[in-house]
Amino acid sequence: MYRNLTIRQKQIVWAWAFLALPVLFYTVIRFYPTGNAILISFQNWNLLGSRTWAGLENYDKLWNDPVFWKVFQNTFVYLLLGTPLSLVLSFIIAYHLDKLRFMHGFLRMLYFLPFMTSAVAMAWVWRWFYQDVPIGLFNNILANFGIPQIKFLQSTTNALPAVLAPAVWAGLGFQVIIFMAGIRAIPTSYYEAAKIDGVGWFTVLTQITIPLLRPTIVFIVVFSSIGFLRIFDHVFNMTTNNPGGPLNATKPIVLMIYDTAFNGFDMGYAAAQTVVLFTVLLVVSLVQLRLLRSN
Amino acid sequence: MVAAPDIPRASSQALLTATPTKRPRNMGQIIRWFLLFIGGILMVMPIAYMISTSLKWPHEVYNVNLIPKDPTLDNYAYVLEDGRFYWWFVNSMIIATITTICNLLFDSLVGYTLCKFRFPGRKIVFIAILSTLMIPTEMLVIPWYLMSQTFGWLDSYWGIMFPGLMTAFGTFLMKQFFESVPDDFIEAARIDGLNELQIWWTVAMPLVKPALAALAIFVFLGNWTAFLWPLIVTNSVDMYTIPVGLSGFGDEADVAWELIMTGAAISTIPTLVVFLIFQRFIIRGVVMAGLKG
Repeated sequence: MYRNLTIRQKQIVWAWAFLALPVLFYTVIRFYPTGNAILISFQNWNLLGSRTWAGLENYDKLWNDPVFWKVFQNTFVYLLLGTPLSLVLSFIIAYHLDKLRFMHGFLRMLYFLPFMTSAVAMAWVWRWFYQDVPIGLFNNILANFGIPQIKFLQSTTNALPAVLAPAVWAGLGFQVIIFMAGIRAIPTSYYEAAKIDGVGWFTVLTQITIPLLRPTIVFIVVFSSIGFLRIFDHVFNMTTNNPGGPLNATKPIVLMIYDTAFNGFDMGYAAAQTVVLFTVLLVVSLVQLRLLRSN
Repeated sequence: MVAAPDIPRASSQALLTATPTKRPRNMGQIIRWFLLFIGGILMVMPIAYMISTSLKWPHEVYNVNLIPKDPTLDNYAYVLEDGRFYWWFVNSMIIATITTICNLLFDSLVGYTLCKFRFPGRKIVFIAILSTLMIPTEMLVIPWYLMSQTFGWLDSYWGIMFPGLMTAFGTFLMKQFFESVPDDFIEAARIDGLNELQIWWTVAMPLVKPALAALAIFVFLGNWTAFLWPLIVTNSVDMYTIPVGLSGFGDEADVAWELIMTGAAISTIPTLVVFLIFQRFIIRGVVMAGLKG
């Protein structure tokens, strides 16, 4: 039967034969669960009992939950501190690294190495750094200079930045590499023209380099914002004795979802939180794409 | 997560083929070099301290010196003899390897099909797969957990692996790279009497090896360090992956910091070694994937 098909028909048969399993996979493992998550968000369910329809009850509960607002605020603090900080740092590093030739590969490696580490392992390393005297490195160094010790992870004001630092540190190398590729992609003729015109470095930077890096900047901003909005591994591992603590000062939305679903077994409520996370991610990336792509 | 910005691919080549041509000629360059060098040293400090502490005796742990006075491998012996780390390492290795192989096969097959075949429904399939990039994993973990519970996948290798066997990111990356394979090659193979599966495997795949290598690195690293889903789906200590195991290990009250650092080192050193060997390759992969995906 296959023999009698035209070449075009044979192509169609082959294409769908290749796609059959993947299409099934995406349907069952991606699309169905997405729909299911939305459905569960309108139900009450503790995993053991029966699922009952709850309408907007979970969303209403979320709206009136002070912990949720704290978590929402924390998540945006991670985003609003982390994204600009890592953007500026990685740009400065890439901009200067690009101008160096001596041991260029070695320097690049130093900056990139943290990207290859696992968030869990590094969260524990940083957690150790943050301990009090005599355990923690930072406080030991401060003590050597006679500076009073700092409560990093136990203080409601210091804990969030202390957790954010390793997250920024770990992602920096990736962004540096992407920026360097972007900088290298700018045609040298622009710089040569600027040189002939006798333009200063600052003008070159603001009039040539940064405007032409727009696509790279858009990519990095969107990519890193999504990362900070979904922060979990670092927070969970640096505060395992009191996840998201002290007093929810470091708790991001993903940790709240994990807690509600797998410690509280309140599946409907947790699903409603995931729907909120999904919406936030979507809105933030669309807004950024629009803002950064236009003009 | 989002469509790639349009940056010429030449950039990734330029980054790697750049040869040292200029030497630091003036004071400014020297200062710049030293500042970047100090910054780079600070960047690797946490990793250096992790390794240094894993080589220290308990009484020396709280000494801020980076170089251990009397290095020892006792911590490694202790942690590995304990047995748990050994299994977590093995679990992670099996899971990361199998998911990487599956991703390479399926992502490239789908990418190839979407790029080189003309058939009804092609656009819809492509858009549907791409749209899954917008769905965060966090939203799917609850349904995945329920699914695993129903089918008895909890606490098994299959349970840890199933969500990541194919990724839209990989499919998109591969599709982009198959664009560079000329249709003439495929036509010629058809005339030679190869079937479509043979053409994909013997003609097209060898031509996109760099992209496959980049994808392999990404998928392996991603699965090696994955935390949230393995944390949810596993519940017996023997089934933990290395990040999940390490997370719980660090929390045991009687465990000392030098042992935690040893565990952290065991989970990190393999990726660092791979990186040091394949450095140029991996950086090129990051650039390709970053700019394509």
